[in-house]
Amino acid sequence: MTVFVIRRLMQSILVLFAMSAIVFFGVYVVGDPVEILVSHEADEAERARVAAALGLDRPVWVQYFAFLENALGGDLGKSFVFGIPAIQLILQRMPATFELVIVSFVIAVGLGIPLGMYAGYRPNSAGAKTIMAGSILGFSLPTFWVGLMLIMIFAVEMQILPAGGRGPVGSFLGMQSSLFSWTGLGHLFLPALNLALFKLALVIRLARAGMRETLLLDYVKYARAKGLAMRRVVFVHVLKNIMIPIVTVLGLELGSQIAFSVVTETVFAWPGMGKLIIESIDKLDRPVIVAYLLVIVVIFVLINLVVDVLYSVLDPRVRLAAKA
Amino acid sequence: MSAAHEAVFPAEAAPARAEANWRRVWREFAESRIALAALAGVILVVLAAVLAPLLAPQNPYDLRQLDILGNLLVPGAKSSAGYTHWLGTDDQGRDMLSGILYGLRISLGVGVASGVIALAAGMTIGLFAAYAGGRVDAFVMRIVDVQLSFPAVLVALILLAVLGRGAEKIVLALVIVQWAYYARTVRASALVELNKEYVAAARCLAFGPARILFRHVLPNCLPPLLVVGTIQTAHAIALEATLSYLGIGMPLTEPSLGRLIANGYQYMLSGKYWISVFPGVALLLAIASINLVGDQLRDILNPRLRR
Amino acid sequence: MTEPLLRVEELRTHFFTRAGVVKAVDGVSFALERGRILGLVGESGSGKSVTGFSILGLVDPPGRIAGGRILFKGRDLAALPEREMRKLRGAEIATIFQDPAMTLNPVLRIDTQMIEAVVAHAGAGEETARGRALAALRKVGIPAPEERLRAYPHQLSGGMRQRVAIAIALMNEPDLIVADEPTTALDVTIQGQILYEVQRLCRETGTALIWITHDLAVVAAIADEIAVMYAGRIVEYGAAAEVLDRPRHPYTAGLLASVPSRNRKGAPLAQIPGMTPSLLDPPPGCLFRTRCARASAACAADPPPAGGAHAFRCHHPLEAA
Repeated sequence: MTVFVIRRLMQSILVLFAMSAIVFFGVYVVGDPVEILVSHEADEAERARVAAALGLDRPVWVQYFAFLENALGGDLGKSFVFGIPAIQLILQRMPATFELVIVSFVIAVGLGIPLGMYAGYRPNSAGAKTIMAGSILGFSLPTFWVGLMLIMIFAVEMQILPAGGRGPVGSFLGMQSSLFSWTGLGHLFLPALNLALFKLALVIRLARAGMRETLLLDYVKYARAKGLAMRRVVFVHVLKNIMIPIVTVLGLELGSQIAFSVVTETVFAWPGMGKLIIESIDKLDRPVIVAYLLVIVVIFVLINLVVDVLYSVLDPRVRLAAKA
Repeated sequence: MSAAHEAVFPAEAAPARAEANWRRVWREFAESRIALAALAGVILVVLAAVLAPLLAPQNPYDLRQLDILGNLLVPGAKSSAGYTHWLGTDDQGRDMLSGILYGLRISLGVGVASGVIALAAGMTIGLFAAYAGGRVDAFVMRIVDVQLSFPAVLVALILLAVLGRGAEKIVLALVIVQWAYYARTVRASALVELNKEYVAAARCLAFGPARILFRHVLPNCLPPLLVVGTIQTAHAIALEATLSYLGIGMPLTEPSLGRLIANGYQYMLSGKYWISVFPGVALLLAIASINLVGDQLRDILNPRLRR
Repeated sequence: MTEPLLRVEELRTHFFTRAGVVKAVDGVSFALERGRILGLVGESGSGKSVTGFSILGLVDPPGRIAGGRILFKGRDLAALPEREMRKLRGAEIATIFQDPAMTLNPVLRIDTQMIEAVVAHAGAGEETARGRALAALRKVGIPAPEERLRAYPHQLSGGMRQRVAIAIALMNEPDLIVADEPTTALDVTIQGQILYEVQRLCRETGTALIWITHDLAVVAAIADEIAVMYAGRIVEYGAAAEVLDRPRHPYTAGLLASVPSRNRKGAPLAQIPGMTPSLLDPPPGCLFRTRCARASAACAADPPPAGGAHAFRCHHPLEAA
């Protein structure tokens, strides 16, 4: 077990190094930030001064090792645009993104499991067919377009919800979040719903498939033979079993949800990490791009590692396969 | 050699059987009316894209045809030149219908081009990984696993941040995002096929790996490849649209549907919905019908689900 | 004559599939008195399990009871609404399924699964129910029942799991237990113990039992009456000793001949040629005729019931020895 964890950990670190190199070398051969930061009238001396200030005059590989050394110390360079440390900039934006991701997850699971279970329980009913058609739409509709439609319907036509931005945050037990202010919740609702749609479609599919498979199993028939009400059979016997695969898949999807928030944040002008990265790509703010990508890669590697290890703890067969 | 070859490989000499098989696939496919409607949708979209220059009332990129005074016309309005803009015009006075037809052409073109290249690359890598086995196989599949553990939109974002902009960069990014799916699919079916006796027989006849893989193994990997290919193409189109919407996709000079939608965003807030909505509907039609066709193909071709 | 506990009359359970109607049970009749054990014997696909599920009201679509009556304590279960049926299941009619590894829910503890069975019917509180569960576990001979209650099914052995299932069946003191191949998945020694326990418990409590099996040896050990099913019909029905010692239907005789025995050591084991027929739109007449050495042209017509107390359906029965 310990061997397995250590091996997975080593792999994760290797992936991290590989990604950092790809990201750094890639990003640092694109464009020229001096062109963007310095006005067109500036002379050569001015340009050289800016380039030196940014450390751009040194060879790329020297820059990389300096970067690596600093990165290990938590310093990923200063934003060209904002002039503050890139990592600090990202950490500032992180709570907004996490808030969005978590609320969207709650929506996806809270709506998806009951809908999927119903669709699996009565697969031939009109309701089930509607739900499944909706789930296919959820997979097919590009997130950004759904976001635009939501804005058009709820903000432009009906004018009941704001079109974008992150309203005021409330404070509760020392935590700052939109969840603790009514206006903030109003701002949060549409983006969270938008971000939830794809996962909602996924959860519906998983819950439906699980429901259909589990209903055919002997222990469900046996539970009914004990004279249990269908309500108890479904919500205790079936639900507990289908939660295992759903939780496993969702654990892995958490990371992709953070990545997908790039789109939703841009559509709804939500001031999170995703909007920041798009703006930074636009302005070639390389330290921020690199820092964002590394933060995301770290989050991903961490999530994958935790899910892998948890899974091997839960399932002895996986553990044996990993040793072999 | 020919006679011996025929005797050992009835499969190669049996196009008739394969034909009957495809006929069966078509029959089962046609059982679902939704799938047929989706197939009609795919054909419609492809025709619209291919024939865009003939169908479009206006060439939206020919500046001489633009009428800047006729900008932001509502759907159904008549232009000063006298013809009707069924879907309205955009801020430059471009006919939206024409813009959508040309945009569809670009979206579909990028999606299909990247799909074909990714398929060719992934298929070749997957086949040889399966054939080589051992460390080569393990190494390739490890790369595939790592890449697939990152969501496509993130990988594409990283690549475009690294590569910069342009049509060929987008195609390259989409290829890199997709090849791993094809490689994994082909490898899985190829491993099964490689264990069958006809491959052992082919090896006994001292055929080279390329011949064995492409002439004997590959045809048997086609059904799952077809399913993955269909669904991946839909993904590629959606991803390209998303990236273009974010402003890091297709350049302004070659506006795909995603870019058209992004252009209309600012006007949407003032109630001029058509600039964003109609390209969106076209995009949705393309993606949803390809997805539905793929779903039905998967149900038919998956032996586990055979009724 | 008093009304028996259970009387099944001309039961027909059909499955309405896309390909056609599968007549899994097609005109089955039998009766069962309190405290008696009926062995329902047949090959897989003979309709014996579907008969059991019909009595429990647990036939899944596309199957349904297409005709006949199931009179249980005077009420027709075939016509009972699901809500009423649910109240009977587990309370008055309990069941034991074939594979205990499959019938106990893997993610719920034993106590949860036992207590819910009591709470669903008796309206008892959880503590009362726990007491009943403990008592039931003791009754079926499970050591350290308190500990077993806290376990998950996979932590118990196969025999132990089946004892738990029997305990659950007994908890609400039912009038009838339908046991569908309950010992098939177990080792022979465990099978013997379980058979003995079940027989003892039924005698003690006066519970009637329908024991569904393909294994004549098991039935010989436990049943008072035997019904032999073939292709959805009962082909022979009577007192256990009668049917086993003096079979009249060629199919029963064939089944008996194919049981390995010490008495016929060295002699080749007899077997019934051919396979069970498809029940999809079956032709009229005796369905065993394609495999029967005694078949004649007459067998194309349905054989009439014959024999009185030891009933059989055959145009060419074996001589009553």
